[in-house]
Amino acid sequence: MTETEFLLWVRGPALTYATIIFVLGITVRIVGILMLGRKQNLAEARGSEMAGGLRTIFTRSVPDKSTVKRSMFTLVSGYVFHLGLFVTIFLFAPHILIFREVFGFSWPSLPTPIVDAVAAVSILALLVVLIHRMRDPVQRLLSGFEDYLVWLVTLLPLITGYLAFHRIGLNPVMLTALHIFSVELLMITFPFTKLMHTFSLFLARWYNGAISGYRGVQS
Amino acid sequence: MSASLERGINALKEQMDAPVAAFFNSCVNCGLCSEACLFFTETREPKYTPIYKVELLRRVWKQEYTFFGRLAKVLGLSKTITDDDMTKWETLVYDSCTMCGRCSMVCPVGNDIAYMIRKTREGMAVAGHAPEGLVAATTRAVTIGSPMGVKLLALQAQIRHVEDEIGLTVPMDVEGAEYLCMLSSMEIMNFPEYIGAITRIFKHAGVSWTLSSEAFEATNSGIQIGSADIAAELVQRTVDAAEKLNVKAVISPECGHAYMAIRWEGPNLVGKKFGFKVLHILEVLDELREQGKLRTTGMEKQRLTYHDPCQIGRRGGVLEQPRNLLNMVAENFVEMPDAGKMNWCCGAGGGVSSNERADELRLKAFQRKKDQLDAVHADGVVSACSNCRIHLEEGLEEYHMDIPLLSLTETLAEHLVDD
Repeated sequence: MTETEFLLWVRGPALTYATIIFVLGITVRIVGILMLGRKQNLAEARGSEMAGGLRTIFTRSVPDKSTVKRSMFTLVSGYVFHLGLFVTIFLFAPHILIFREVFGFSWPSLPTPIVDAVAAVSILALLVVLIHRMRDPVQRLLSGFEDYLVWLVTLLPLITGYLAFHRIGLNPVMLTALHIFSVELLMITFPFTKLMHTFSLFLARWYNGAISGYRGVQS
Repeated sequence: MSASLERGINALKEQMDAPVAAFFNSCVNCGLCSEACLFFTETREPKYTPIYKVELLRRVWKQEYTFFGRLAKVLGLSKTITDDDMTKWETLVYDSCTMCGRCSMVCPVGNDIAYMIRKTREGMAVAGHAPEGLVAATTRAVTIGSPMGVKLLALQAQIRHVEDEIGLTVPMDVEGAEYLCMLSSMEIMNFPEYIGAITRIFKHAGVSWTLSSEAFEATNSGIQIGSADIAAELVQRTVDAAEKLNVKAVISPECGHAYMAIRWEGPNLVGKKFGFKVLHILEVLDELREQGKLRTTGMEKQRLTYHDPCQIGRRGGVLEQPRNLLNMVAENFVEMPDAGKMNWCCGAGGGVSSNERADELRLKAFQRKKDQLDAVHADGVVSACSNCRIHLEEGLEEYHMDIPLLSLTETLAEHLVDD
């Protein structure tokens, strides 16, 4: 397979299969969670489940005071790479062009040098996150193969994207192909791993807020 | 695999529902919950990280509800739960967790870990991996009617003492009374002043109420040990008494888990909505305050602070009422850092106080409370849970802190306007 053939493959059939696995997998997973259901609460409500659930979906994005004080490092590194991923995926002009092709609409991009800097910071943040995961006694105890796998498949598109943009190492065709391929790896890993939290956290936060909201507590 | 272990694992499978699946799907092992747990913050031992405590439930979820988990199970590659695992996690699930739910408030993806601990205990108990102390307390609750073995005769004796002291009659088995008051054994034996306090307050406010000779124990060891069947049986006793006496509402006493048991879990345990309301004593007192029926005189001059019992505040929703009430009688009421829904547990709830094996650990974890108290230099701590109260007293003693513990209800009773 030549480099051009590889590029055509990753942009063609590979992308199709990855998209099918990604979309179908996530749907099956979410439906699977919802299908488990839960028992009707027979206790007399003091507050609203729906209001509590919706509130917590938003409020959990902001940490509470004592977590800020006690876990600053985890919070900052986590925020940086999550925001970095958002910016590089959704606010990079060439990516927006692809989204426009797929969805038919687009949105403004950030200037490329900014996205470039954000990508570099995100890569650094992910490296820091990995070191922290391996060194922090709590995270080390909790972590298993899957945690390192999802770290890797999250990092690869950032690295390959960075290299492709700066044309470092290989020829541009191969770099672009590798970048797309790494995204496909992420897409097919997604539904089977905790990368699912991207979507399932809305359910988790809703349930958390609903359980508390029912009792009249804002969680 | 032993039969009881298999039953335990099956019980864990039965606990799976949409919230649990959403929680495990979302957990990224960030470990932020560790710093929300007093058993971790005061020991720095990673095994006390809340999400780690529900690892066995997570393992069952993984093997039953995820693609690769099921595949690994089919291929015989998955780590099945063993009796050794149960033994290891028994101490984590029962000794180092009070189900205070503080971790559930900080998890960035929104996991309600306390909800999952409660479920994990259902599996552990069935598998025969509940702590001896809790098993004994639960057995006494079922056979005698009280986890501390308090019988009706003992209650009657205490009532006589109280009546002699306050010169009022404590109503018993009064049909058609508005409220049925429940008690905790701890109150009956250690703090009978509470009975005197509610008798005086209700007389003052003109409230009709009663105790029941058939159901006076409000606590529920079934919930603490994790046995829905036993918990339902205990709740049913209260329901039967409330229906027999035809009361409008049942009042949960100054006890955190009792409130959780009867108010929030009760109807779900017995499988039907109650025909009566369930209120915490603080809710009733605050209602009386609002109606102008609770009239007090004089103010406490010393610096008082309020310890929110987890199941009444964060998990129960009674947060404003104690503050409204304290402001009636305390001139120098100060809040501890993190007070309210983020308050730190005393370390002895959720059955930990019935579990002697956990004594050393809970006293160590008490350091968190000590720091919180040190920050405000309080002259007295007011609370509304006799289990918190007795453990706070023990903790303060251990750390050589001379701060008296007060019951909110009793403090209010001392300030009643003489009619």
